[in-house]
Amino acid sequence: MPAHRSTMGSKFRTRSSSPMELRPMLSEVSVLSRSDGSASFSQGDCCALAAVYGPGEVKVAKELSDKASVEVVFKMKVGLPGCKEKIQERILRNTCETAIAATLYPRTAIDIVIQEMHNSGSFLATCINCVCMAMLDACVDMKYLVAAVTCGLNSEGELILDPTLEQESDLTALMIFAYESSNFEVIATYTTGSFTSDQFQICLIHCREASKHIFQFFRDTMARKLSK
Amino acid sequence: MAEVGSVVLPGDQVRLMINTEDSTRFVTGPGLRRDSDQVTVSKAGILKHKEPNIYWVDSRQKRYIPTKGENVIGIVTMKAGDVFRVDIGGSEQASLSYLSFEGATKRNRPDVKIGDLVFGRLLVSNKDMEPELVCISSNGRSNGMGVIRDGGFMFTVPLNLIRKLLSSDCNLLKTLGHHLPFEVAIGMNGRVWVKGRSVRETIAISNAISSAEFMDNMQIKMMCNKLVDALTGFT
Repeated sequence: MPAHRSTMGSKFRTRSSSPMELRPMLSEVSVLSRSDGSASFSQGDCCALAAVYGPGEVKVAKELSDKASVEVVFKMKVGLPGCKEKIQERILRNTCETAIAATLYPRTAIDIVIQEMHNSGSFLATCINCVCMAMLDACVDMKYLVAAVTCGLNSEGELILDPTLEQESDLTALMIFAYESSNFEVIATYTTGSFTSDQFQICLIHCREASKHIFQFFRDTMARKLSK
Repeated sequence: MAEVGSVVLPGDQVRLMINTEDSTRFVTGPGLRRDSDQVTVSKAGILKHKEPNIYWVDSRQKRYIPTKGENVIGIVTMKAGDVFRVDIGGSEQASLSYLSFEGATKRNRPDVKIGDLVFGRLLVSNKDMEPELVCISSNGRSNGMGVIRDGGFMFTVPLNLIRKLLSSDCNLLKTLGHHLPFEVAIGMNGRVWVKGRSVRETIAISNAISSAEFMDNMQIKMMCNKLVDALTGFT
């Protein structure tokens, strides 16, 4: 099965250089042979692998008569999933459900499996981006693309975009925003810690600018795959 | 605004070039959604256009979405009263009535077993209903449809390869057929059944088909020549 690699490095920070840039992204689509679509996606050292199956056969209990049911399973590197992972699954599912044109496939299931490969900070955003790539590869009908960006505020109130795990440990607030590609509007936010509403707005604007780079990266990766 | 021939992603707006006087009449195929006067892309692929005003997105999908009138290869999974359930690779199993075979009557039932391959046409297929398969044309003839018997080999390929095999500018089947006689059934659901004179030839043909996805006609010719040489012992 041919895999399509794509990197974007030069204009992004290599490691812990400027706090206002995204870490370099790297992605490979159609990595798995049995799934309908798959992608591995990494931001810096953070890496996730997603597989999309569907629209396929649905269990009777999960069947919805007016739209496709979207299921997300999050697989950890080790151990059993706890509350934190269940919340991540829920956020991922809601974000995907917003993007997928689910009404086109009533009484079907779209199953998404995400495998954690390496977590080095801003992992949920990496997962969302990874799932978006996998859905693009699977040609699931979508209203728009989604891209997620993490940003944090440290004790001095400075903004750090796409923080690493060590940077994450001394943040006072962490925010994750997911944007859609047609008007760059927010479709999901997830925040922890304390911050003022002004700080929130500033983070929102910075992350929106950063999301445009991710959308461009999606486009470049798919163009490379489809030009073969 | 995306142009014809370029790579498009979900959410992109498409500008349609409408040549006829009646600008409201145009056909949007798979991968395009129309809301009021705007056309939005819903699948990643390459935007294609056919005169006068047909537009669609050519994508590399693996999952089959049943479409009315398409020929598919299915696997019989269940016998339920007077219908068979057939797996056609979509989200739901298709139903196939025992009367929709050539020459079948209530007395004279067709000989169909669970696990058999059937080559049929989708009579009913829309998102709200169960797909229905028939192995008979509207004038009562089988037209090559029905249960596929006597061995052979069935394998699955991406849907874009199926479209390539069936298009008139692809010479793969013709070139292969010059050298080796074989039978083939191609389903739009990504399933291909082939049968050569021997198991060896069947394997060779199936390998040739599944490797042709990204080849152009020149490369296909070369590949076929190599294959025939290898089969006859000139390596």
